[in-house]
Amino acid sequence: MNLEIVGISVLWTFLFGYIVVGAIDFGAGFFNAYSLLTGKQRILTKVIQRYLSPVWEVTNVFLVFFFVGIIGFFPKTAFYYGTTLLVPVSIGVILLAIRGSYYAFETYGARGHKGYSFMYGLSGLLLPASLSIVLTISEGGFIDMVDGRPVLDYWALFTSPLTWSIVVLSISATLYISAVFLTWYANKAEDREATDLLRKYALTWSLPTIITAGGIIFELRRHNLARYHNILTFWPMFLISFLLFAGTVWLLWKRRSYGLAVGLLLGQFVFAFFGYGVSHYPYLLYPHLTLYDSFTNPVMAISLIVAFILGLCLLIPSLVLLMRLFLFNKNYVRGKEDYHA
Amino acid sequence: MGNEEAVFYSRVLTETTLSFHIIYATIGVGVPLMIMIAQWVGIRKNDEHYILLARRWARGFVITVAVGVVTGTAIGLQLSLLWPNFMEFAGHVIALPLFMETFAFFFEAIFLGIYLYTWDRFENQKKHLLLLVPVAIGASFSAVFITMVNSFMNAPQGFDIVNGQLVNINPIIAMFNPAMPTKVAHVVVTAYMTAAFVLAAIAAFRLLRGSDHIYHKKALHLTMKLGLVFSIATAIIGDFSGKYLAEYQPEKLAAAEWHFETQENAPLVLLGIMNDGEVKYAIRVPSGLSLLAYSNPNAEVIGLDQFPEDEIPPLYIHYLFNIMVLIGMWMVFLAAWYWIGMRRRWRSVTTRWFRWLIVLGAPLTFIAIESGWWLAEVGRQPWILRKIMRVEDAATTSGQVDLMLMLFSALYVILGIGTIVVLRRMFLKNPVERELADRQMEKGGDVQ
Repeated sequence: MNLEIVGISVLWTFLFGYIVVGAIDFGAGFFNAYSLLTGKQRILTKVIQRYLSPVWEVTNVFLVFFFVGIIGFFPKTAFYYGTTLLVPVSIGVILLAIRGSYYAFETYGARGHKGYSFMYGLSGLLLPASLSIVLTISEGGFIDMVDGRPVLDYWALFTSPLTWSIVVLSISATLYISAVFLTWYANKAEDREATDLLRKYALTWSLPTIITAGGIIFELRRHNLARYHNILTFWPMFLISFLLFAGTVWLLWKRRSYGLAVGLLLGQFVFAFFGYGVSHYPYLLYPHLTLYDSFTNPVMAISLIVAFILGLCLLIPSLVLLMRLFLFNKNYVRGKEDYHA
Repeated sequence: MGNEEAVFYSRVLTETTLSFHIIYATIGVGVPLMIMIAQWVGIRKNDEHYILLARRWARGFVITVAVGVVTGTAIGLQLSLLWPNFMEFAGHVIALPLFMETFAFFFEAIFLGIYLYTWDRFENQKKHLLLLVPVAIGASFSAVFITMVNSFMNAPQGFDIVNGQLVNINPIIAMFNPAMPTKVAHVVVTAYMTAAFVLAAIAAFRLLRGSDHIYHKKALHLTMKLGLVFSIATAIIGDFSGKYLAEYQPEKLAAAEWHFETQENAPLVLLGIMNDGEVKYAIRVPSGLSLLAYSNPNAEVIGLDQFPEDEIPPLYIHYLFNIMVLIGMWMVFLAAWYWIGMRRRWRSVTTRWFRWLIVLGAPLTFIAIESGWWLAEVGRQPWILRKIMRVEDAATTSGQVDLMLMLFSALYVILGIGTIVVLRRMFLKNPVERELADRQMEKGGDVQ
C-alpha cells in the first residue's frame, strides 16, 4: 500500500465519520423542529437535547479535519475544488454558521425560542444538500478548463438529474440515519413514546433512501459510462450493503435489538460509502485530477501520517471518555443527572 | 469581473472574516485559562465565589466558542476558496501545523463538552478542574499552530525552489521559522491579556451598575492582577517582535515607523500624520528606533529607500502601530495603578471613574488586537508569501466573490448582534446574587 492510498483512506474515513455524526445531528435538528410543528415536541425534545448537548462541537471538527487533511495530503485539490466551489461551499459555511451558533444561542441563551428551532431544523436539511454538490462535481462533466483554469458550469450542474438524485439521497439518508440512531438512544433512555415515534420516522425514511441510492447508480450510467462500469465491478460491496439495510429495517419492524440495528446501519453505510470511494479510484476529480498527480511530497506525507497517529493516541481515549460519560452512561441518558454548567 | 476585482474582493472578504473571527478567537484562547485559574483559586481557598465565577464565565464562554468555531470553519474553508494557488503551494510545505491545529481543536472540543456537563457530578472538585487543563491547552495550542502558519507567510523557509519546482522540503524547519517565536508568544499572551481585561471590565461594570457584591470585587481583583502580568509580558514580547522585524523584515518596521532613509542613530517617529509625503505633528525621539531595533543607539536601521517601490507596504500601518502600542502601554499603566493602589489603599482605585476606565479597557484591548493584526498583515503587502508569492497571484479567479462578501458580511452582523443579545439576556436574567442564593438552598447553607 502506498502513501497516497493511506492518505485518502484516512480522509475518507473521517468524511464517513462526519457523515454519520453530522447526519445524526442534522436529522435531530429537523425532527426537533418538525415535532414543534406537529405539537409532539414534548415527546422528542428531551431525548434530542440530551444527546446533542455535549457533542455538538465535536461534530464540526470532523468536517474541519477532512478539509484541512485533504489540502495537506492533496494540495492540488485547493486549486481545482477551491476555485470552482466558492459559491456552494460558501453557502454551506453560512448554513453551518447559522446552525452552530443558533444551537448555542438557543440552548444556553433563549431556551424554547421557536424561530431558532425552525432555522436550526431547516439549515440541517439544506446543509447535506449543499455539501453533496462536491460529490456530484467529483463525478466529472461539470468543470471546464478555460485558459488552464477550472470553471464550474452551473447550468449543466443544476439541470443534471444526477445532481438532484444525490441531493435527495443526502437528505433522506440524513433523516434515516438520524432516526435509527435516535430510536436506539430513546430506547436506552426507556422513553417508550419517543422510541415509537422515532421508529416510525426511521421506517418512513428507509424507503426513499434505498430507492435513490439504487437510482443513482443508473443515473451514472447516463452521465458517465466509465464510472458506471467501475462501480459495477464492486457489486458485492453494494449487495452486502443492501442486505445490511434489509436487516436494519427488519429489526426496526419487529421492534427488536435496536442496538444491533444501529450496528447494521453503520455497516450498510460503510460498505456503500467505501464501495463508492473505491470505485472512484484513482480520480479525485474525474478526469482532471488523480490521487497521484495531486499528492504532496513524501516528506510532508510522512510527517502528516506521524502527526495523525500521535493525534489519534490523544483523540481515541478522549472520545471514549466522552462516550462513557454521556452516550453510554445510563444515568445520564435516562435524564437522572443533568450537571450542566 | 476581471481578476483585479476578484483579488480586491478576496482581500476584503478575508479581512472581514478574520477581523470578526479574532474577536472570538482571542476570547477562546484566553478565557479557558482564566476559568481554570478561577476554579483553582476557588478550590485552594475553598471559596465558593471563585467556583461560581468559573461557572458563570464558562457559561458565557460557550456562546463565544460557538461563534468562534463557526467563523473559524469559515476562514478555514475561505483560505482554499479565495486563495487556491496559495493553499496549493503552502499545502506542500506547511500543512503539518494546519493539521495539528485541528487536533488541538478536537481535543479542546471534546473536553469542553465534558467540562460543561459535569458540574457537581464528581465528588472531588479537583477532577473537574483537571478537565479544564486539556481545554486550556487545546485552545492555546490551536493559536500556536495557526500562528506558525501565519509566521511562515512572513518568513517562508524549509524548501528550495529549483526551476519553479519545490524541492528539499522540511516541514519542521518551515514551522520553526524566524518569525515563529515572537509571533506565537505575542499572539498567545495578548489573548490572555485581553481575556483578563474583558472579564475585569464585566466585574467593574457590575460594580458600577448597582451590585456591590464581594463576588464582583474578587473577580475584579483577580482579573486585574492577571491583566497586569500578561500586559507586561505582552510589552516585553512586543519589544522582541520589533527586534525581529529589524533583522528579518525591515520593510515592515520601516513602513510602520515612517523610517525612509537607512541611517545610524535612527530617530523614532511617534504619532504624527502624513500629508503629501510629508510627516507633520510627529514627536521624534533621537536614536529611538536604533535603540528599539538593536538595543544600541548607534545601530544602523534599514529604511524604505532600500526597497523597490512595488515592494513597500502601505504607509498607513504607522497609525495602526501607534494605536496598538499606545493602548498596550495604557493598559499596563492602568493595571499597575490598580495593583499598587489596592496595596497602598489609594482611594482613587475604588472610585467610579476609575472603574469606568477599567470598563473602557475591554473595547480598547480589542482595538489593539485588531490594529496589531492589521499591522502585521498589511505590513506584509504586497506579498502573501514574503519574497515568493504576490497576493494577486494567489487569489481565486472566480467571479462571485463580491456576492459572497455581501452574504458573509450579513452573517457576521447577525452573529455579532446575536452574541450580544444572548449574553446580555443570560446574565441579566440570572444575576449572581440569585445564583448564590439558589446554590445555598441546594447545598443546605454552607455557602456564604
